[in-house]
Amino acid sequence: MQICAIVPIALTVGANRIVRGVAIPHPTGDPRLEKQDEIAIRKRLLTTALKGLQSRIQEQTVFKEQ
Amino acid sequence: MEKVQVVHYINQFFGQVGGEDKAGIPPQMKEGPIGVGQAIQQESGGRFQVVRTIICGDNYAAERLEEVEPIVLNWVKEVGPDLFLAGPAFAAGRYGMACGTMCKAVQQKLGIPAITAMHPTNPGVEVARKDVYILEAGDSIRDMRRVLPKMIGLAQKVLDKSPIGSPGEEGYLPRGVRVNIRVEKRGSKRAVEMLLKKLRGEPFLTELPLPEFDRVAPAPPIEDLSKAIIALVTEGGIVPTGNPDRIEAHNASKYCKYFIGNLDDLTGEAYQTAHGGYDPVYANDDPDRVLPLDAARLMEKERVFAKLFDYYYVTVGNVTAVASAARYGREIGELLRRDGVQGVILTST
Repeated sequence: MQICAIVPIALTVGANRIVRGVAIPHPTGDPRLEKQDEIAIRKRLLTTALKGLQSRIQEQTVFKEQ
Repeated sequence: MEKVQVVHYINQFFGQVGGEDKAGIPPQMKEGPIGVGQAIQQESGGRFQVVRTIICGDNYAAERLEEVEPIVLNWVKEVGPDLFLAGPAFAAGRYGMACGTMCKAVQQKLGIPAITAMHPTNPGVEVARKDVYILEAGDSIRDMRRVLPKMIGLAQKVLDKSPIGSPGEEGYLPRGVRVNIRVEKRGSKRAVEMLLKKLRGEPFLTELPLPEFDRVAPAPPIEDLSKAIIALVTEGGIVPTGNPDRIEAHNASKYCKYFIGNLDDLTGEAYQTAHGGYDPVYANDDPDRVLPLDAARLMEKERVFAKLFDYYYVTVGNVTAVASAARYGREIGELLRRDGVQGVILTST
């Protein structure tokens, strides 16, 4: 499972399970937010990522937060 | 002689706005050439005139390609140039993605010929190679002097509607287009000659390179997350402060493994980034923004999954050779599997 800011690159290099991260210099955080809100973002991203790891897929798939 | 009107797309660095700290700037437009654009004018002997330069920060462009594209198209349309040039982007991935995307859009949606240049491993190549002439460039600005005249020469041929030679002759990256040609020797002769060369161990050139699809079949899903060990891996260069194993900021020659079994959080005092390709301020302030240990630990405590693996693996993915990156990935995957890890979360910057 790859969490990255630029989904087209992940698709180009052949990653199979992809989640879009926040931004290039901070894929799993957002410096504009308070620490607790950042942790919440991280948990959400990880939750989506773990959902992706539990999904059966046939081709490259970008998982979105539900 | 009438001048060729050119619109030129460049990033914040070549646009002389700034370095990584300015990678977040939105698209801006200036009349006339800047930096490389001036060199283009000179190299063309004054025949090309860069009438407008569009600059966009690497992060802004790469993160919001679909938002930047219509802005660029609009600014190009306003001028209605004869030609659109982007880059060269060399091995810079974000820049290459932007150059490839903009060239493809300008050519397809505005019908204006577009040309760019980048290193064959740049992810931007895949975006545009089938539609756009991408000159093959080296991995850094050192190749600027060689590649600019090639871009200009090919652009001139395209504008003049002169016949365009093969990728090898013109120096562009193969687009997967086949062209019929007549040769002296018939196919059977050429095939036997090639076979003899191969048998003798001599170099030979295939006439039909097979496409390399670097794809792997998706791994089966984790059946029971509550029993799974999950590992964190990053190419974002998060290392203990001082970078004890000296992972290079650029084209990393190694990956490393660090113990986090006793940690709930990565602090900016104890950890930092060694990556030389993005603004390090945010990651150095809180490394969890690249390697999300704090949240992963909380979820482990909430028993979302059985255990967070005691170590994380790290390298720097900054113009790192594709061959080394592929090897690191393979080796890390094997090591993690040997340690019983079922799921990996890889973060990339």
